Amino acid sequence: MATDDIWILGIHMTKFGKHPDLDVVDLGAQAIMGALCDADVTMADIGVFAAGNLLGQGGIAQQLQKQVGQTGIPAYNVSNACATGATALRTSIMAVKAGECDMGLAVGVEKLAGAGLLGAGGQAKSDGEQWERSGRFGAVAPVDGRIGTQSMPGVFAQIGMEYGHRYGGADFELFARISSKNHGHSTLNPLAAYTSAMSVEQIMGDVMIAYPNTRPMCSANCDGAAAAVVVSGERLASLSDDQRRRAVRVRASVLTSDPWQEACQVLPDVNTLTRNAARQAYEAAGVGPEDLDLVELHDCFATAELVHYDNLMLCHEGGAVDFFESGAPFRDGSLPVNVSGGLQSKGHPISATGIANIWEVCQHVRGECGDRQIEGARIGLAHVIGLGSACGVHILEGAAA
Amino acid sequence: MSTVEQIPFVDYLVLGERPHLLAHECSRCGARYFDRRNACAGCFSTEFASVDIATDGVLRAFTIVTFAAPGVDVPFVAGVVDCDGTSVRGNIVNCPPDPDHVTLGMAVRLTTWVVGADSNGVEAVNYGFEPA
Repeated sequence: MATDDIWILGIHMTKFGKHPDLDVVDLGAQAIMGALCDADVTMADIGVFAAGNLLGQGGIAQQLQKQVGQTGIPAYNVSNACATGATALRTSIMAVKAGECDMGLAVGVEKLAGAGLLGAGGQAKSDGEQWERSGRFGAVAPVDGRIGTQSMPGVFAQIGMEYGHRYGGADFELFARISSKNHGHSTLNPLAAYTSAMSVEQIMGDVMIAYPNTRPMCSANCDGAAAAVVVSGERLASLSDDQRRRAVRVRASVLTSDPWQEACQVLPDVNTLTRNAARQAYEAAGVGPEDLDLVELHDCFATAELVHYDNLMLCHEGGAVDFFESGAPFRDGSLPVNVSGGLQSKGHPISATGIANIWEVCQHVRGECGDRQIEGARIGLAHVIGLGSACGVHILEGAAA
Repeated sequence: MSTVEQIPFVDYLVLGERPHLLAHECSRCGARYFDRRNACAGCFSTEFASVDIATDGVLRAFTIVTFAAPGVDVPFVAGVVDCDGTSVRGNIVNCPPDPDHVTLGMAVRLTTWVVGADSNGVEAVNYGFEPA
């Protein structure tokens, strides 16, 4: 192991779902204790800490230190929409890479069960008042619903429909079949929020939220947390055989934002920054999509999964529909995608997602994934998108290679 | 002849005989913005000029929103319209909100509709796109 490599030494995700008896600090602490135990280290070993939580009251890193160990190390509170977890992990990775310390900790935690629709809002002007302009467009009333939609299901519905317009072949049923795949995958994941298979007919017949996304085609709001311990290759070399054997090499850790594109002020462009992140990650890792054994990608909606097959270059440009039709992204296919159940079924506790997807890949490349193990998995990719936008891509490889 | 005073719903909508949208266009690279920018997000130039946006376009993406935040009437069709090279966000109106009537690639044109009136009787007029 090269001394300048970065490795994941320990990682943990909590059960995703409803945790009415645990608050955000309890949940985050549970993930941290799990990750420290998995790494076989204590807070005394940790030199940097980054924590993400979007819907709480702020200062989650210091709150968690008080829960698991206050050692005076630098603590970063990070916020990057749905890419918050990946951003926290990358913050710790950067500190280790820069040589500021040789071991770091990252956590993402969210209490989101029952949160309802995200991204939209605004009340109409109450009767009798005078029109008054506000906001960046000088609108006299909220624009959501009057000039397009700001709701997440609606925004991502348009992103999928735009892909269909450009390349053809994407219809309501195709998106429902993508969703059915992920719900089917979740039946093997005891930590998923929802673990029931759903037929295409059930999914198409469920409550429509924003055509073509019905409710089970939307990411599931739930509670959850995930945490990881990262270590430098040099420090890892001094650790036990068991720690070295279970360590997962971070072959690439990339974060991008959205570069300017013609239509990005009208409909967020989640494509260009994902494509850029994927390209950078493949280059840094020295591998290509054909070398991957599994992918966990950000299927915040069924419509999003389709475009990311293409953005992550799992297929040729414009070939996402054919890629799905080939059966490739099913767990018995040539390149399994979201074998965890994805955000639609495993769930999407926002800040936890960007570490939980890495946990899933780590379990497979360690060969420790039990019933849903992808046999012989050696290299996997984890992807998240935070609308606004931020994209995190990590490529991970098991140590046994 | 109406004597009701009308104001545009947003400040990039121009009312009158031929309602249309107005954008700030980067004088160097031609990027267009409906809100104000300190510098062009594409080329960083700080020179902008006002430009009228074409009122005819093609529907490039849409969704039919049936579940929305409180205060938002559903169902409605939200879409992205390619107006001669400039992407515009807007609702598709004067058309049944279902996938049999709203289709990708359909030709649409700008139209206006009254959102409501305030206590002085001033009407706010919004824009949308209807089948051409």
